[in-house]
Amino acid sequence: MTIGGDEKSHPERPTRRDILGTVVAAPMITAMPMGSMAQPDASSLAPGFVSVTMTVNGAQHALRLDPRISLLDLLREHLELTGTKKGCDQGQCGACTVLVDGRRVVSCLTLAVMKDGASITTIEGLAKEGALHPLQQAFIDHDAFQCGYCTPGQICSAAGLIAENKARTAAEIRELMSGNICRCGAYPNIVAAIQQAMGLS
Amino acid sequence: MALSPRAKFIAGGTNLVDLMKVEVEQPAKLIDVTRLPLDTLNETAAGGLRIGALVRNSDLAYHPVVERRYPVLASALLAGASQQLRNMATVGGNLLQRTRCAYFYDIVTPCNKREPGSGCSAIAGINRMNAILGTSEACIAVHPSDMCVALEVLDAKVQVTGPRGEREIPFADFHRLPGDTPQRDTNLGADELITFVELPGRGFPTNYTYLKIRDRLSYAFALVSVAVGLELDGDKIREARFALGGVAHKPWRTAEAEAALRGNVANQAAFVEAADLALRDAKGFGHNTFKIDLARRTVVRALSQAARGTPQSQSNKEIA
Repeated sequence: MTIGGDEKSHPERPTRRDILGTVVAAPMITAMPMGSMAQPDASSLAPGFVSVTMTVNGAQHALRLDPRISLLDLLREHLELTGTKKGCDQGQCGACTVLVDGRRVVSCLTLAVMKDGASITTIEGLAKEGALHPLQQAFIDHDAFQCGYCTPGQICSAAGLIAENKARTAAEIRELMSGNICRCGAYPNIVAAIQQAMGLS
Repeated sequence: MALSPRAKFIAGGTNLVDLMKVEVEQPAKLIDVTRLPLDTLNETAAGGLRIGALVRNSDLAYHPVVERRYPVLASALLAGASQQLRNMATVGGNLLQRTRCAYFYDIVTPCNKREPGSGCSAIAGINRMNAILGTSEACIAVHPSDMCVALEVLDAKVQVTGPRGEREIPFADFHRLPGDTPQRDTNLGADELITFVELPGRGFPTNYTYLKIRDRLSYAFALVSVAVGLELDGDKIREARFALGGVAHKPWRTAEAEAALRGNVANQAAFVEAADLALRDAKGFGHNTFKIDLARRTVVRALSQAARGTPQSQSNKEIA
């Protein structure tokens, strides 16, 4: 799959040639899934595309990426994993939290090309063989959301928190979950759900 | 880098990618340095600690040597950002964070740091988060890092490499005051790369604190923060260091205030005297004038926390 630089389907946008010929650095991310193309495409051979392999929820992907694309946009727009949410897109809300090689990060500030060889886990990858992940079940048990938009990020962040093994008390959970904002204010139930999943309650 | 003056190194990306999205940073090329072997952390022959520039903030905060020997650094790291960002952000990148001044981020307003010569919107603007010390007519931005406030107290050295070879920059000389060149945050050359941060052996493992005052209890930049390292002989202060964050264009240390503490009895009167000396030249700009008194009180409280051996917890937010 080649991602980025489809000149024909986005006539309103600058072409790759414009971008390569001038100095443009504002994120101008274009994309085109091209996994089925039989003929090599000239634009995909142009400098700037980067070959990357990535494991996402256990599935291997060989990708050719525009180096400007964020991991968040790659997941949502091209791998069709829309469970990961775009909130602020500036690293302030945590809605886009995923696990990269087991560690929680914000995917909006992660350039996908820099994660060559990495293993990514999103909310879609937590349930195993049809059984909910203990955190997913705990969020249901404790009604730990209202609108649900922050929930995938909350759950992935909590999965990272549990793996880090640094939180024992409710205060420590709150502090180490502070990167995930919930505008509905479900925090007490989120903390209770995480405590349940940690076996603390 | 020499061929491409508008190229930038990228590691964690937590600040640079953010600034690219708002078009404040417009690098022509990005050079990913994350595969360089700079993620090591070793105790030195001189009894210190050499920290690779690519060590992640969270790995540094939880490293057993840092927790045991340099707890003020661990505490400051955990006071900054969120765990997701600490998992991404590197030591080198933390040093090179740019200010969060709202006018620097807003590309339609004048800002001398973003666009030299355009003017400073903060001086007569909404400047609640801005500096009270070391300001200039060109800029009243603050350096946003927590980690750097602790490194200032620890007398760290920044090791860098570049086309002209390797050199070492004392921490106090790494960041700059704005003066009439606020576009330059540091004395690092555009073609230089931070490789290591080295800590001397003196780590203040017993009498320390990092006290951060902010608008919400976590995941917010400091209004004022204070890092302290003390060494006591009974109730007498043998060695005293403290630095303030959130108040200036660089972590702020006052030699005179530290000197006033040395040899003195560790009590409220001594702490107030030191705080007054540290804030003596402070100047407010309206919205941020409250920070002068807040900083003075935070210094006194932080010094008393350190002297008592009861450092501020970064999870339980009660300030003792």
